[in-house]
Amino acid sequence: MAHDAALSHDDHAHAAPEGFIHRWVMSTNHKDIGTMYLVFSLTMFFIGGLFAMGIRAELFKPGMQLMQPYFFNELTTMHALVMIFGAIMPAFVGLANWMIPIMIGAPDMALPRMNNLSFWILPFAFILLLSTFFMPGGAPAAGWTMYPPLVLQGGDAIAFMVFSIHLMGISSIMGAINIIATILNMRAPGMDLLKMPLFCWAWLITAFLLLAVMPVLAGAVTMLLTDKFFGTSFFNAGGGGDPVLYQHVFWFFGHPEVYIMILPAFGLISEIIPTFSRKPIFGYKAMVYAIACIAFLSFIVWSHHMFTVGLPIGSELFFMYATMLIAVPTGVKVFNWVTTMWRGSMTFETPMLFAIAFVILFTIGGFSGVMMALVPADFQYNQTYFIVAHFHYVLVTGAAFAIIAAVYYWLPKWTGHMYSEFWGKVHFWNSAIWVNVLFFPQHFLGLAGMPRRVPDYNVAFADFNMISSIGGFLFGASQLIFLGVVIHCVWFSKQRAPAKVWEGARGLEWTLSSPPPHHSFVTPPVIDDSVLAHGDVLH
Amino acid sequence: MSVSRFLRQTGAAALALMASASGLADPVPWQLNLNPGVTSESREIYALHMAAFWVCVGIGVVVFGAMIIAMVRFRKSRGAVPANWSHNTKLEFLWTLVPVLILIGLATPATRIVMDQYDTTGTDMTIKVTGYQWKWRYDYVDYQGKPVNKVGFMSKLAADSNRIRQTGSGLDPWSVSDHGFKDYLLNVDKPLVIPAGVKIRFLVTGGDVIHGFWVPPFGVKKDAIPGIVNDVWVKVDQPGIYRGQCHVLCGQDHGFMPIVVNVVPKAQFESWLAAQEAQSKLDQAARTAQVGASATPTLAQH
Repeated sequence: MAHDAALSHDDHAHAAPEGFIHRWVMSTNHKDIGTMYLVFSLTMFFIGGLFAMGIRAELFKPGMQLMQPYFFNELTTMHALVMIFGAIMPAFVGLANWMIPIMIGAPDMALPRMNNLSFWILPFAFILLLSTFFMPGGAPAAGWTMYPPLVLQGGDAIAFMVFSIHLMGISSIMGAINIIATILNMRAPGMDLLKMPLFCWAWLITAFLLLAVMPVLAGAVTMLLTDKFFGTSFFNAGGGGDPVLYQHVFWFFGHPEVYIMILPAFGLISEIIPTFSRKPIFGYKAMVYAIACIAFLSFIVWSHHMFTVGLPIGSELFFMYATMLIAVPTGVKVFNWVTTMWRGSMTFETPMLFAIAFVILFTIGGFSGVMMALVPADFQYNQTYFIVAHFHYVLVTGAAFAIIAAVYYWLPKWTGHMYSEFWGKVHFWNSAIWVNVLFFPQHFLGLAGMPRRVPDYNVAFADFNMISSIGGFLFGASQLIFLGVVIHCVWFSKQRAPAKVWEGARGLEWTLSSPPPHHSFVTPPVIDDSVLAHGDVLH
Repeated sequence: MSVSRFLRQTGAAALALMASASGLADPVPWQLNLNPGVTSESREIYALHMAAFWVCVGIGVVVFGAMIIAMVRFRKSRGAVPANWSHNTKLEFLWTLVPVLILIGLATPATRIVMDQYDTTGTDMTIKVTGYQWKWRYDYVDYQGKPVNKVGFMSKLAADSNRIRQTGSGLDPWSVSDHGFKDYLLNVDKPLVIPAGVKIRFLVTGGDVIHGFWVPPFGVKKDAIPGIVNDVWVKVDQPGIYRGQCHVLCGQDHGFMPIVVNVVPKAQFESWLAAQEAQSKLDQAARTAQVGASATPTLAQH
């Protein structure tokens, strides 16, 4: 029995171990590791956010006021690397750690010691990466895409960057193996695959994407490393190499990576909207198939990041059609969320507000995505602020909003206390308003012709940049409210949370106490279809 | 010269001057949308962009409208009772099929435009564009089937913009202007000169790292990659000054290597090109003389 195996290897006492080192550094408990992932992710969110504040401050008005252009490039590069690999991805792994064993009725993750290792690699990876700021030559400054030959002009920081990416990749791969092993082996009897909550489905598919593409990224950056330090010429035209080869390899990783950062968000939203609509998710199976379909398509669209590199026309057309196809399953998901709300009985607690904002704003990001899929139009949008606006809509108001929604949704479950609904709503409205002030004008800037990754710009772009910067500062400041709400909920809130925190909540996590016992399900739960979030899949 | 002809000519000249002065396609403050540009390509891109935009607006109205209605009508506080249905095969089929049809509707014109953009046959002129950190080099390769004799030059950010953009210079970016257009960071010391009404093929490559050749009013954007020669064509009918920028991050001064193209009437271009060729011949002769003079004593020593 999988349950016994997971319990037998380690402590049989069902209380958390005493002492900081024992409890956290040596932890094999999925909830404690999940907490560490989430705390780490929040820390990185603020560090990456600090870089963003630097970027927006320099772009506040034309002329260079605060920094040298090279330092600006270091900031844009590190902002992206920290946010993608440090904030968004670990947050999803943290949520998976906390919730997947509980949602499928397992006592813990399948591979608890590997779980510990995959988390504890991350702080070291990011210490390596962030230390490059203090090195001669500075941090990597060639953009997070690390295109050669430019990236090879960097200093010793390149070796640190490559090694830290290797570490992040190893961590992600171990996390993915663990999630796959847990979902495929540890489900309670009666929890069939097609009865799993959609968050588990989204993560199962995401985990396969991670397994497929993280090694590809590792290969690409290793070739950078040998080109830089060992005299190879993989990407050096002068030595018979090809700079475009790197882009193909990188984006073969990079496009599925985009979905690695959004599929778990789809899963989260599919948990939250039915809860607060008090109605089962519409089209459960279609939702599963749509995620699988998007995951498959993500492997055959990578060159849409490279429409201007001079691909043959056949490639341009193929990648245009394939990219446009992604709009179909993505549209199915959006329509299903809206239809879940239709004829529901809705209330608007903070998680629901963030989820609704996700659906609207992610869809706006999707719209600009469809526009960019059109090759001729992409010749105007490519590498402009239009793109910057697009991917911040899908990653900030998409991925990050979904993560924040999920934290509000499960925080009472995790801590056993209610968060402050008032301050949660203050946080929501500030975030939702300022994020649009921040990113919406960037569409205009891009269309008017402002390239991305520039530290300074023509005076015609001044007004919208100033508005965008003001939005940026206020959006950044609003996240301190979030920090306050979380700290209050964990340590100061007096209001106890019941086992079933939300009236319309369904799923196994709400059958456990708040907070759940140290080992989630010591004996497998009996699955009653009425507790699942999608009551009538049997039709 | 008749009066009417005189008026017509001066009128046309004034119009051309205004066009180049106000820069028909320069970015303007508070600009919200793409500029349709000045080539058939850029206008087609603009039309496609607007079609895609209105499709998105239409879908947005339906989806967000449904959400807003749901949020108003189906609130618990208004006593809404949740339905318990959770799928509808007909509806799901419909909203899979309809987007496919809409996408086909967008992909069809897009395909036609790409094929046109990729058709670099029948050009009358070739110019090689090379990106360097952080300036452009333009080499005139051939014109109307005849090779051009060594005409090529570097083009980099104009000195006034370059002074102002130094960190902490404290100088005013609004102070730079060219015929009324405040061209801070969008001006160069020596613009690319091309003839109006001629189909021109640009061969685009990079000298050190990857750069990007992008002139928004032409609807032209191609990466300039070391070791690879990309080609792209343009035909501009309207003389004037057109501005663009490097679009691929190429190091610290990526934001400071603009592209300025001066499109002039064909006759004016031809005399300009002839002057450049003559100048280049003189320079070559001078250089040969110099090399000869300095080489002689070296040879004598051996």
